[in-house]
Amino acid sequence: MTRQDRAGWLFSAPVLAIIALVFVLPTLLALGLSVTDYSIYALADWSNLRFVGLGNFIALLSTPLFWRAIGNTLLFAGLGVPMAIGTSLFVALLLNDATVRWKPLWRVLLFAPYVTSIVATAVVWRVLFNARFGLINRALAALGIAPLDWLGNPHTSIPAILIFVTWKIFGYNMIVFTAALSAVPADLMEAARLDGASRWGRFRHVTLPAIGPTLLLATMMSVAGFLQIFAEPYVMTLGGPAQSTTTVLYFMFDEGFKWWNLGQASAVAFVLFLMILAVTIVQTRIGKRHEWL
Amino acid sequence: MAVRRLRAIAATTAAAALTLLTIAPLAYMVVVSFMPRGESTTLPTPLWPSRLSWENYYELLVRRQVDGGWFDYRIVPALLNSLGVAAVSTALGLLLTVPAGYAFAKLRFRGRERLLQLLIASLVVPGQVAMLPLFLIFKELGLVNSYAGVILPSLAGIFAILFVRQATLAIPDEMIDAARIDGASEVRIFTSIVLPLLTPIVVTLALFLFLGSWNDFLWPLIVLADQHLYTLPVAVAAIAREHAADGELMMAAAVVTTMPVLLLFLALQRYYLTGLLGGSIKG
Repeated sequence: MTRQDRAGWLFSAPVLAIIALVFVLPTLLALGLSVTDYSIYALADWSNLRFVGLGNFIALLSTPLFWRAIGNTLLFAGLGVPMAIGTSLFVALLLNDATVRWKPLWRVLLFAPYVTSIVATAVVWRVLFNARFGLINRALAALGIAPLDWLGNPHTSIPAILIFVTWKIFGYNMIVFTAALSAVPADLMEAARLDGASRWGRFRHVTLPAIGPTLLLATMMSVAGFLQIFAEPYVMTLGGPAQSTTTVLYFMFDEGFKWWNLGQASAVAFVLFLMILAVTIVQTRIGKRHEWL
Repeated sequence: MAVRRLRAIAATTAAAALTLLTIAPLAYMVVVSFMPRGESTTLPTPLWPSRLSWENYYELLVRRQVDGGWFDYRIVPALLNSLGVAAVSTALGLLLTVPAGYAFAKLRFRGRERLLQLLIASLVVPGQVAMLPLFLIFKELGLVNSYAGVILPSLAGIFAILFVRQATLAIPDEMIDAARIDGASEVRIFTSIVLPLLTPIVVTLALFLFLGSWNDFLWPLIVLADQHLYTLPVAVAAIAREHAADGELMMAAAVVTTMPVLLLFLALQRYYLTGLLGGSIKG
């Protein structure tokens, strides 16, 4: 063993041991747990545990609320990712304009919601979305739009939560995109301008290819993030109304820690994992095709 | 020139308007927290308190006697719990991940490349998959319903290791080799040569870890059953689910939860934002 071997292991072993205990081992056990009927009885006494094979997964297929949760989660991701990424990109492009003054000030304030607690700001937005007294309906009324029961109507509950989530997180990718935009070659932009390319043409053919890899990575992370929505419905809607905001993770939490069906809940966790893995693989393929990754 | 000036005014106004819109919910949170009880649920929705009232903060924070028994919302204890948990998990997190990040960048130890690949690959696995078995493991170890149970998972900082590694790669190998030739021990090289160079990164990481721990919700919600141990987000969520109609009180609770980290962020924003960017933006 060389001196660097010893030092390397000395420096990295403690944290690797913790990662093994709280992440690697439980992840492997989750696979085991998902093929058992682990429930509150097994929690009391391990001898009540039985092997059920793929029983949990098959049972999930015939659970309407599970399908509802999958559908809701896909809706959250399908609408939320374009909304959040679009907002981040729009604001980053606006702040990238050379003529905007006091950029650092705007940047810091626009980023501020990102560092706040989801629970606390969800409480704030619940008040803002209030059907009778909420500020949002008051603003809509000023524009002549009839008030909406944002969180009380199954058709508006997901959009309402998405508005909140977008507000909370767009600052992060705004900063990421700002960094990518600062690397767009200025001479290429100037050449396109001299060639008479339109504003959109310059964005499409100069800016977009330059920030493509960053955009793809941000989208990947966003999809994974939106698939893991939990705290927002937990605080704002309790999964309702009419289960319209029950997400996969919300369903897993209730199955696991409300009803103590940990076997069933582990199967749900694996479905979530497979969904994230599938998205990652698809997006990595896209990246490879464009030679971005 | 006039066109350019007009454009500058328009672009700056747009940026200011967007910023105002973004900050408005946080400003409204503070405003409502100072309204007298029940004022936010009157029509037309008030934009400013009729009188400045501290009663929500009093109600929320002061322990008092109600019907012969002591009562409070346990927000002050939760605040102290959050502070303690976040401080310890930040300190231990740094102690564990900074040396590891350096080792992965600069020390040629056996198994390094394979471990690094495993760490990167594991980023795909969502943490929630591990949560259910982890709860059972912690139950066996007697860590459920304890601060150790909250803190331990937050120390598995794969992202933090990779973050420190990335920053450390920029340090020239020659510096470290020179110190080796001079006879410095590996620990000495790390503490007196590498660590001072990494100081800005360590501050950034400390901020990330502190905010992450302060805002963490799902795991503390799972592992803490005793109300006296609740961290702020868990305590606030519990009150929010029970006192849904109590707008002013909930806003005061939100202010207590968000203000400490907002102020911390504003004070250290330079570290935070440049850390996020790897130093590539200029004002």
